Amino acid sequence: MSEALDITDLACRRGGRLLFEGVSAHVAPGGALLLVGPNGTGKSSLLRLLAGLLPAAAGSIGFAGRRAFAGHEVALKPRETLGAELSHWARLDGGLMRLPAALAAMNLAGLVDVPCRMLSSGQKRRAALARVLAAGADLWLLDEPTAGLDTASAGLLAAAMAAHRAAGGIVVAAVHGEIGLDDAAVLRLG
Amino acid sequence: MLWALFRRDVALIARSPALWLPVMFFVLVAALFPFAVGPDARLLGRIAPGIIWVAALLASLLPVETLLAPDVEDGTIDQLIARGIALELVCAARIAAHWLGFALPLLAALPVAGVLLGLDAATGLRLGLALLLGTPALASLAVVAAALTAGLKGGGALAGLIVLPLALPVLIFGVGSDVAGAFRLLAAASLVALAVGPFAAAAALKPE
Repeated sequence: MSEALDITDLACRRGGRLLFEGVSAHVAPGGALLLVGPNGTGKSSLLRLLAGLLPAAAGSIGFAGRRAFAGHEVALKPRETLGAELSHWARLDGGLMRLPAALAAMNLAGLVDVPCRMLSSGQKRRAALARVLAAGADLWLLDEPTAGLDTASAGLLAAAMAAHRAAGGIVVAAVHGEIGLDDAAVLRLG
Repeated sequence: MLWALFRRDVALIARSPALWLPVMFFVLVAALFPFAVGPDARLLGRIAPGIIWVAALLASLLPVETLLAPDVEDGTIDQLIARGIALELVCAARIAAHWLGFALPLLAALPVAGVLLGLDAATGLRLGLALLLGTPALASLAVVAAALTAGLKGGGALAGLIVLPLALPVLIFGVGSDVAGAFRLLAAASLVALAVGPFAAAAALKPE
């Protein structure tokens, strides 16, 4: 993992409205970027642009490595067990052997046999984060990752992000407030 | 990749409580007609292929609201796109899984429907072959309609309006399967639908 992320003059248009333009940033391997700003200024849209879920109205994104995205929707099927769901995604990512460690890191190992509809929203959020951990991606794109997490779980996330950055990975997160990312660059929108 | 997606789709469909709805609907429609048009065996035998084809078409549309809309709403499609997995592959897998989920049980129930409508064995066999050839097209059309209506309230009804006119060729060649060459035209219609379906559905799913 030694890819840098380069955002150059990025613009985003949603529903005919210009959300932001001229957004540029450079994040070195091991770095982190916090997207801050009031509601509706395009933090989530910028993350979706970086994840390839939206086309850019102008500008470019340079990143050669693999990306993992955790948005507001958790993408867990209610009738399936947590273990089956995460195994499916880990298999798509070719990272089945990384899954046990990811589950342990998010304190989910005891919940693998529980159907996803029985999980609390905080547990679902942790499951979505465990999917990111297991993906083995270089770039983590997290949309308000601590929303709905208790203090202990937020600590687990902070530790996981620190380990990811120590290995040369990059974290880009849209946040309101502190999520435990040391010396992260801040990109203010709006 | 296609195989992994297909296996997952089949597993989800097989565990869905709605799996038996299309085939039960199919048999019920077949059982309804003798009551509606009277127990005239000759008349029933003549219109039976048409009834069975219309029932199959409607049965293919029953699960249309659960084919793609949940995946769009719960972020599954986002996760697939973020992994760089082509939506065309996703839709192709979904078409195959949908065909397996609705057409195979339907074919298994065909003898029952045939008996209810007084179909003779030779016609029943030909009809089964026609359904085998034509149902992939219905599965493909259903997935395209599901993609077009995903995220809309009451998308199921709209999906019906989209699919029914497009399914006409399949219906015509399927019912007329005793005419020479109809099987080939039916297979051609199916191939066209299968070739276009994944691309049309993927284009409809692309985030704007």
